[in-house]
Amino acid sequence: MGGRLSTPRGPGGRAPRPKTLAEKILSRASGRDAHAGDLVIAPVSRVMVHDSVIDAVMAGLRDLGDRRVWDTSRVAVFIDHAAPAPTPVVADSHRILREWVREQGIATFYDAGEGVCHQIMVEEGYCEPGTVIVGSDSHSNSYGAVGAFGAGMGATDVAVALALGRTWLRVPESIKVTFAGKPRKGVTMKDAIMRVVREIGTDGARYASVEFHGVGSLPQGDRITLAGMTTEMGAKAGIVADTPEAPGWLFPDRGASYSNEVTVDLSTLEPQIAIPPRVDQVVDISEAIGQPVDIVFLGSCTNGRLVDMRQAASILRGRRIAPEVRLEVVPSSRRQFEDAMADGTLLALSAAGAVIGSSGCGPCLGRTGGVLAGNEICLSTANRNYRGRMGSPDAFIYIGSPYVAAVAALTGVIDDPRPYLEATEDELDALVARRRAERPGRGAASVRSGDRSRELMVAAARSGVAAEIDD
Amino acid sequence: MARAWVFGDDLDTDQMVPGRYAPFMVGQDKFHLYAFCDARPGFAKEVQPGDVLVGGENFGCGSSREYAVAALKKLGVGGIVAKSFARIFFRNCINLGIPVLESADAVGLARDGDQVTLDLAAGALRTPHGEAPLRPLAPFAQEILAAGGVVAYLRDHGDFPKVP
Repeated sequence: MGGRLSTPRGPGGRAPRPKTLAEKILSRASGRDAHAGDLVIAPVSRVMVHDSVIDAVMAGLRDLGDRRVWDTSRVAVFIDHAAPAPTPVVADSHRILREWVREQGIATFYDAGEGVCHQIMVEEGYCEPGTVIVGSDSHSNSYGAVGAFGAGMGATDVAVALALGRTWLRVPESIKVTFAGKPRKGVTMKDAIMRVVREIGTDGARYASVEFHGVGSLPQGDRITLAGMTTEMGAKAGIVADTPEAPGWLFPDRGASYSNEVTVDLSTLEPQIAIPPRVDQVVDISEAIGQPVDIVFLGSCTNGRLVDMRQAASILRGRRIAPEVRLEVVPSSRRQFEDAMADGTLLALSAAGAVIGSSGCGPCLGRTGGVLAGNEICLSTANRNYRGRMGSPDAFIYIGSPYVAAVAALTGVIDDPRPYLEATEDELDALVARRRAERPGRGAASVRSGDRSRELMVAAARSGVAAEIDD
Repeated sequence: MARAWVFGDDLDTDQMVPGRYAPFMVGQDKFHLYAFCDARPGFAKEVQPGDVLVGGENFGCGSSREYAVAALKKLGVGGIVAKSFARIFFRNCINLGIPVLESADAVGLARDGDQVTLDLAAGALRTPHGEAPLRPLAPFAQEILAAGGVVAYLRDHGDFPKVP
């Protein structure tokens, strides 16, 4: 944690002004000594384009004078936001996108079902640490999980970056977020970042880079959860310091200047819940206990990885979700999907009553999958709970961790997951029965088809995942 | 003169055009007709070319969707004045040629439905209740706006404006 001393000296033996991670990356990329507030023009190491903006991106390239992409090997294209196509209009747009990919000769193309752009960008190694990456989706901040400066931009900015291989950026101020201690069982980095959003607010990091200290050695997935959700504070980038992927030069200098510093003690952190319709309206879970839910979504670039599905399965394995509740699980990539299949996690979740969707953004943004009806209440592991985000503007979206999601599916209400993780089987039965009895009547009890799955549930329970999930 | 449409803090792009009415969901020729359909029903029908949106903090937060800005452009919105803007939205507006100006006072002065004048040259929004000074834009952004957006700028100049 903290910075090391920067060794190189400037002209005249004067030590250069200490730099944040954002200042280091943008200085290196632009070839000048850049500090917060400076405007730079920087080459990009990659441009990420996703399905929902392709029409506008193509229009931008056309209007720029029928430009081709500047480097076909540095462009990654994804169909993930509304995939597989839910309507003929979307299907047409996907067809046009595929024709464009072929015509441009872009090799890095992931079609519907391969997964969320951000998950694939990080896990397949398309994010070069220490470089600038422009993405068409706002959660491109996720690339800071491996020390890249990932910035989400609109379609025209993306078209310009595709044509020129460069973008303009104002070097952001940085906010230093330090995590101390270890979270207790049942508390995750999702809770940690929601605690930070609660502290900083939806615009507290506007134009800024959020620099995370003390978590560089966490699994990559946890770092994606952190970096990606900096978008919810208005940040331009979210960068994790001291990751194993970072090159030697990429560390925050001692004495670097921060516009704000926040420290979160993980050891005392409670599970967090964001109350609709604001993602910074965050409370400790004790203030939301008993809130009924109709549908639970487990997925997204924030929480759709194997570890998230395993956390949910650790609570749901061998049980059935509440009869009036629906659970939709959408793995964030094919790799995560297959890993969760191979170790029995998906079987356990399906046997518990989950609908498993194909990898992608799923219902996170209300375009496909189980969109919400008016008055429906959702508990989502994703990152946004704006009005209308997942379907009807009259639906309500609570945001929480995968553990909280599993308990909500099991009981039909929001509850603290920690007692469920500690309980014996009998205690768990009693806990679930009590919560279900307290839940006001909503929806209708569904018969779960395939009750032969008793055997499958047993098989799933015995499969490889017997391994302790200890995080 | 133009009508002022006044909004509060943290107006997100999902309110401007909900995802379910994205161009690729409803077609390029229709999406702008859903501008503010949930947040301000009737907006798309009533807004007139040159009208000014006035807002509080963090205007345009949330999703990077440029079609939220494209919808406003299509409807002829003449400018947006807010206490502060979300960064992607701000860039999108500059890129598509909609003037976006910060003003600490405008949202307190302008009432929804007021007739106002957005005077870019003088750097002020004139309302019936007084004049709100506008924070000047960086020359880089001004040059792009003057060209009508970044695409037009690049077509004319072949590269970005010079950075200081």
